Amino acid sequence: MNSETLNTLNSYSKNKYKYGFVTEIDDEKPRKGLNEDTIKFISQKKNEPQWMLDWRLKAYSKWKKMKEPKWANLSFPEIDYQDIYYYSAPKGFEKKPKDLSEVDPKLIETYNKLGIPLEEQKVLAGVAVDVVFDSVSVATTYKGELEKLGIIFCSIGEAIQKHPDLIKKYLGSVIPPGDHSFSALNSAVFTDGSFVYIPEGVKCPMELSTYFRINAENTGQFERTLIIADKGSYVSYLEGCTAPKRDDNQLHAANVELIALEDAEIKYSTVQNWYPGDEDGKGGIYNFVTKRGLCAGKNSKISWTQVETGSAITWKYPSCILKGDNSIGEFYSVAITNNFQQADTGTKMTHIGKNTKSKIISKGISLGKSQNTYRGEVSFLRKANKARNYTQCDSLLVGNQCGAHTVPYIDSKNNTAVIEHEASTSKINEDQLYYCRQRGLSHEEAVSLIVNGFCKQVLQELPMEFAVEAQKLVSISLEGSVG
Amino acid sequence: MFLEIKDLSVKIENKNILKSLNLNINKGEVHAIMGPNGSGKSTLANVLAGKEDYEILNGRINFKDNDLFDLNIEERAQEGMFLAFQYPVEIPGVNITPFLHSAINSKRKRMNEEEIDNLSFAKLLKSKASDLGINIDMLKRSVNTGFSGGEKKRYEILQMSILNPDLAILDETDSGLDIDALKIVTDGVNKLKTNDNSFLIITHYQKLLDYIKPDYVHVMVNGSIVKSGGSEIAAEIEKDGFQKFQ
Repeated sequence: MNSETLNTLNSYSKNKYKYGFVTEIDDEKPRKGLNEDTIKFISQKKNEPQWMLDWRLKAYSKWKKMKEPKWANLSFPEIDYQDIYYYSAPKGFEKKPKDLSEVDPKLIETYNKLGIPLEEQKVLAGVAVDVVFDSVSVATTYKGELEKLGIIFCSIGEAIQKHPDLIKKYLGSVIPPGDHSFSALNSAVFTDGSFVYIPEGVKCPMELSTYFRINAENTGQFERTLIIADKGSYVSYLEGCTAPKRDDNQLHAANVELIALEDAEIKYSTVQNWYPGDEDGKGGIYNFVTKRGLCAGKNSKISWTQVETGSAITWKYPSCILKGDNSIGEFYSVAITNNFQQADTGTKMTHIGKNTKSKIISKGISLGKSQNTYRGEVSFLRKANKARNYTQCDSLLVGNQCGAHTVPYIDSKNNTAVIEHEASTSKINEDQLYYCRQRGLSHEEAVSLIVNGFCKQVLQELPMEFAVEAQKLVSISLEGSVG
Repeated sequence: MFLEIKDLSVKIENKNILKSLNLNINKGEVHAIMGPNGSGKSTLANVLAGKEDYEILNGRINFKDNDLFDLNIEERAQEGMFLAFQYPVEIPGVNITPFLHSAINSKRKRMNEEEIDNLSFAKLLKSKASDLGINIDMLKRSVNTGFSGGEKKRYEILQMSILNPDLAILDETDSGLDIDALKIVTDGVNKLKTNDNSFLIITHYQKLLDYIKPDYVHVMVNGSIVKSGGSEIAAEIEKDGFQKFQ
């Protein structure tokens, strides 16, 4: 690597995070630490029925007996669960405001700054948004319009009140609280998140979107999202997230469950841009997320697309359980790590039904001193006749102090299964840079162009409205000059 | 003087490649450099373009009143230097249209010219492509990705005609081309030729020079130019090879 390349790389790693501001707003918190009282406090704040509190407490008792999963290629100091606030809400949010006139102008200002205007006339045309600030949902747009089609799109807190049957039936049905310690933790203390139900035969006419923001200090965010697509329905859902710059690490442990019934399709896209920490590795979000989808019915389909650029630590494996015959699971991922970021991300595809298909496309880009691991498990159970998987994992190294790792597991109990696996690791190619620059592009432009090209297969899976944004985000993660 | 190379000595990894090389090119001239493999022809092309692997031991290069060594790769390109590569590299996922659009605008920016908008650029690209007999479908593909050898070379010439350089260096553009492709490529070059631009054509074989008539032919052996003259030299080499110059 020549000196000019190194210089440019160094300038990239002075990554400026433009969402790092703090909103000065009074908030309401319980005492720090995790115990039964904390959970009761949350449940009471949310005005929850007894069965919900019982569910939480059961999860908590499981969590107490569990240890964090340790198999990931990550190193970080032990998390002190007693040093975290488990709930934080802007004051006056006992009840969710009915409309924006009741929302603190400071909050609206925050979202305007983030480029997420809450006024519907300004919202991206054709995108309904649920906005979660620390532990509460502050606004959900386009609700009325969706209701006409029988679509339920609201905060999970509201769903617990208004749709207890659906919650009782599906919450924890894909990710049991006792699955591992982070799912138990989330089940015990989850605060808000989105709930979506698409009725039979309905194709949701707009993108549904949730925007998560961590504002308060020393606060964990534990959101819970549940999406149910009934028979023959379709929905595309997108989540985005940011957090202020802080020197301490903050914990984010979300659970997302998807259920697709017969002939239904769910497309779930994530643009994850939590604060990654500074160039010396100080601060940043610990992002321990469990995402799992169940293709319950025949011919159902679940597709995960993620663009992971933020967080000090990313631990995340959006997975599909392909139970229905002919069901399809897809995972498209771009993970970019810079400075001291660590990402251990990938997917799990579990083939149970006949003729089930899965496709995994993973693109990892490592810069600075970061470590980027793809970890995947593809398994075929005994009855998964003629199931197929295609996996492609590509890693791109920029600079010579970063690492890329690929850890695929394949387990087949059915000898009719077909598995294809391709993997590549390459360094950013000096010849490509030379070629671009000989045409007059600057070194930065050239790197950004090449990396975007490398990710294109994944970026093109994003909904149109967000593909351009994601492309920009990729460039920003590389150069850090914007903002 | 448009391009003046004076006493240029260059080494790479402790090996001296160019040795006190001198070459002058005026506006509107076509120069050909011929020489056996390993004589340093491609090194000369890359040193002119600014590739960073080389160590300049001695000498200077002036290009359009600039000391060339003061400019980095992209600045040289923006000043109007174009290198048609011997082996154009594939850039997967990067579409040709935005790639070339950014390229032309970076040049315009340096020249304080107005940037060209999407629509006008698309029109320009289409018309240049059809001039060169390049299928419109090829413009939808990623840069050089999955192209045949001939397509890559043709695509280099397309880029050259879009960027309209003052000095175009063709590094063994004829290698690997069949006679039809060679004709398309050389036609493209001949169309571009004006009194205001210059060409430096590097080739191993005399064949190319049947199609592009050079004003000067230089024979390069072992890192220096050993003989210069008109196109009669090319004919000499065709007949007797490089033996007598070594």
